[in-house]
Amino acid sequence: MSGPSDYQPSNPALKWIERRLPIFGLVHSSFVAYPTPRNLNYWWTFGAILSMMLALQILTGVILAMHYTPHADLAFKSVELIVRDVNYGWLLRNMHACGASMFFFAVYVHMFRGLYYGSYKEPREVLWILGVIIYLLMMATGFMGYVLPWGQMSFWGATVITNLFSAIPYVGKSIVTLLWGGYSVGNPTLNRFFSLHYLLPFVIAGVVVLHVWALHVAGQNNPAGVEAKTEKDTVPFTPYATIKDMFGVSCFLIFYAWFIFYMPNYLGDADNYIPANPGVTPAHIVPEWYYLPFYAILRSIPNKLAGVVAMFSAIIILCFLPWLDSARTRSSKYRPLAKQFFWIFVVVCVLLGYLGSQPPEGIYVIAGRILTVCYFAYFLIVLPLLARIETPRPVPNSIADDVLSRSRGKVAAAASVVLAVVMAGGLLAGSTQSAKAEDDTPPAQKWSFSGPFGKYDRGSLQRGLKVYKEVCSACHSLNYIAFRNLADPGGPGYSEAQAAAFAADYKIKDGPNDQGEMFDRPGRPADYFPPPFPNEQAAAAANGGKAPPDLSLMTKARGYERGFPQFVFDFFTQFQEQGPNYVSAILQGFEDKPPAGVTIPEGTYYNKYYPGHAIKMPKPLNDGQVTFDDGSPATVAQYAHDVTTFLMWTAEPHLEERKRVGLQVFVFLIIFAFLMYFTKKKVWADAH
Amino acid sequence: MVGAAATVWPLVTQMNPDAATIAAGAPIEVDLTPIAEGQDIKVFWRGKPIYISHRTKKQIDEAQQAPLSSLKDPEADSARVKAGHDQWLVVIGICTHLGCIPIAHEGNYDGFFCPCHGSQYDSSGRIRQGPAPANLEVPPYTFVSDTKIQIG
Repeated sequence: MSGPSDYQPSNPALKWIERRLPIFGLVHSSFVAYPTPRNLNYWWTFGAILSMMLALQILTGVILAMHYTPHADLAFKSVELIVRDVNYGWLLRNMHACGASMFFFAVYVHMFRGLYYGSYKEPREVLWILGVIIYLLMMATGFMGYVLPWGQMSFWGATVITNLFSAIPYVGKSIVTLLWGGYSVGNPTLNRFFSLHYLLPFVIAGVVVLHVWALHVAGQNNPAGVEAKTEKDTVPFTPYATIKDMFGVSCFLIFYAWFIFYMPNYLGDADNYIPANPGVTPAHIVPEWYYLPFYAILRSIPNKLAGVVAMFSAIIILCFLPWLDSARTRSSKYRPLAKQFFWIFVVVCVLLGYLGSQPPEGIYVIAGRILTVCYFAYFLIVLPLLARIETPRPVPNSIADDVLSRSRGKVAAAASVVLAVVMAGGLLAGSTQSAKAEDDTPPAQKWSFSGPFGKYDRGSLQRGLKVYKEVCSACHSLNYIAFRNLADPGGPGYSEAQAAAFAADYKIKDGPNDQGEMFDRPGRPADYFPPPFPNEQAAAAANGGKAPPDLSLMTKARGYERGFPQFVFDFFTQFQEQGPNYVSAILQGFEDKPPAGVTIPEGTYYNKYYPGHAIKMPKPLNDGQVTFDDGSPATVAQYAHDVTTFLMWTAEPHLEERKRVGLQVFVFLIIFAFLMYFTKKKVWADAH
Repeated sequence: MVGAAATVWPLVTQMNPDAATIAAGAPIEVDLTPIAEGQDIKVFWRGKPIYISHRTKKQIDEAQQAPLSSLKDPEADSARVKAGHDQWLVVIGICTHLGCIPIAHEGNYDGFFCPCHGSQYDSSGRIRQGPAPANLEVPPYTFVSDTKIQIG
């Protein structure tokens, strides 16, 4: 992309094509011979990482679309069927859902890198603005993608975000109706979001081409912030940059795989495993983590229109960055003040993100306002002012000089790596100790399925199934589980014949027959567990006005706040068991009488661990209620443990396969990363 | 120019509610007899939840006596209910901030509390505290008889 190439293929067939379409020359000049600065550090590999993520998201997305149904009544179920029934569907869905988070993580690193090294400055303004456009498109795509599973957070996130447009004076309401295609978020909204979610990634890919084009015209910036002048300043893209990018990508894949295989729900919200319900707002609506800083800005301003304007300004202001920061020195390495303010700004963004996830009350609102001011002050006051008052340190004469002087900095780099390792170790150690339990936080329990090698306890699954069948199934459905699943690998371990016999005990409504009548027949393995009530209204009417929830996803649809710093430790310990802890605690948390001074409404029961403590479900389990064949104790604690294990399996039937494949992928990726690292060392040996 | 606009118009307006959606949004009738004093029901009209509250004497007094100057979106209680039917408050249960559903009988004003961003409405559905810019909207409705209303 930098002018006509003098590359000539030697193969006659390629020559023939090249004369008519000089595509090989284009590729050669853009990705082989293209000169890259020799002093690029690993922060520059995030460009390649982002290209890979975009390709992966498009690939997994196109595949998921083959199995997904964009209809308000079917979308939630179709996503569950992808995860449960499609071959490797769980893998594809996790790759796509975690991939969105990884994509944003990488783009934030990429943007902060540009900010630190002044990559937006002359002559790279257009390159930077194209990047901001890609970021905006990513936000729109990510938002619409999050709506597609049609869970509670999907629905209410869509409601809140589309309502932002109602803040526009005069035409706001009409615009919102236009976006919805109805009088509220509904099926037409879901349909068009699906269409746009499919379209926008290709638009992003188009803008990425422009982005790369602009990059190849202006040339890459580099840590020294001085332009490449001579041959000595650069190395050819291939093999130097290619192999370095490969190593960066392989390290990033390890990070990505940690989420895919071991904590797919860490970045999600438990509420999104509850199907969308237009009649109930979740107590606490939070967007995905990558929008949180902007959400915090939106909420910190008490006026609706001003809040929306501030939120959009926070992004649009990035477009003006090249002109707000008029300092001539590019890299913050040589700008002592700008460097400090940059890190303050990073902290401000992270803190805003944290505030965005907290309820909008008290101290959080005030802190949000202060940080919002800091955010805008960085762009509107600090950067323009620094350009005028700061005395930068002298920049190196050339990139080659920078490389020579850098060999001295190696010790510091090594020290910082050691420090990072020590900190990670400290976090890990801290996580084992700080498991202090508050009063109504469910107590942490030991689960056989936790951790990287977790497996279900077959005996526990079989006992749990018995508890469900004899107790829970009187009121709770289990809609996503078929009898055939009982014989699935990684499940309760029944044979197909046993599963068929289990199914035959049930009466399943079928029909209509030739006379047009419905009839009952014995269950078959392909049938699903029949619900206890014919419809939701009947279930509600029989249970004091509130239908008992379906249990298939219960252990993923419930949880509790782990809080800071616990959630940081959870990343290292792969803690994913909020749901099971909560479910098990609820089953054991009933008390005959509320404690003194606490009153609960009539028709409810006191439960220590239920939010608000007044639960409509009466105490379901009592000692001795279910008899186990294997001699396990007939106690409430045992029942609760077993039925929770069973419900964890119904929510995550491929957990064992996921963790097994995860181990293989990790072994492969670590070996691959090592190979890439040593290859890179060899290739670069003569360049340093 | 006219041709271009005429071509673009169908491409844009197709996004508006279609005929079936509009037809499903026809007026509905609601019988008020089962709602006891101090209770409320939620009905859906055009996909929106509508709260119908049978207000207590205390709630009515509070709504009528709140000084207009203390309100963010000043509106007298009498303008928000039908004359002679002071005990019935009918509002669209969608927070005017960002569209969540406020919870009835919660908050400090004997009215509604929105769990999303903390807006609080009084027993007349008027915004009293929090980020919402306006009062809960009153849907178009009429009393067909003393115990029946038609919404829409």
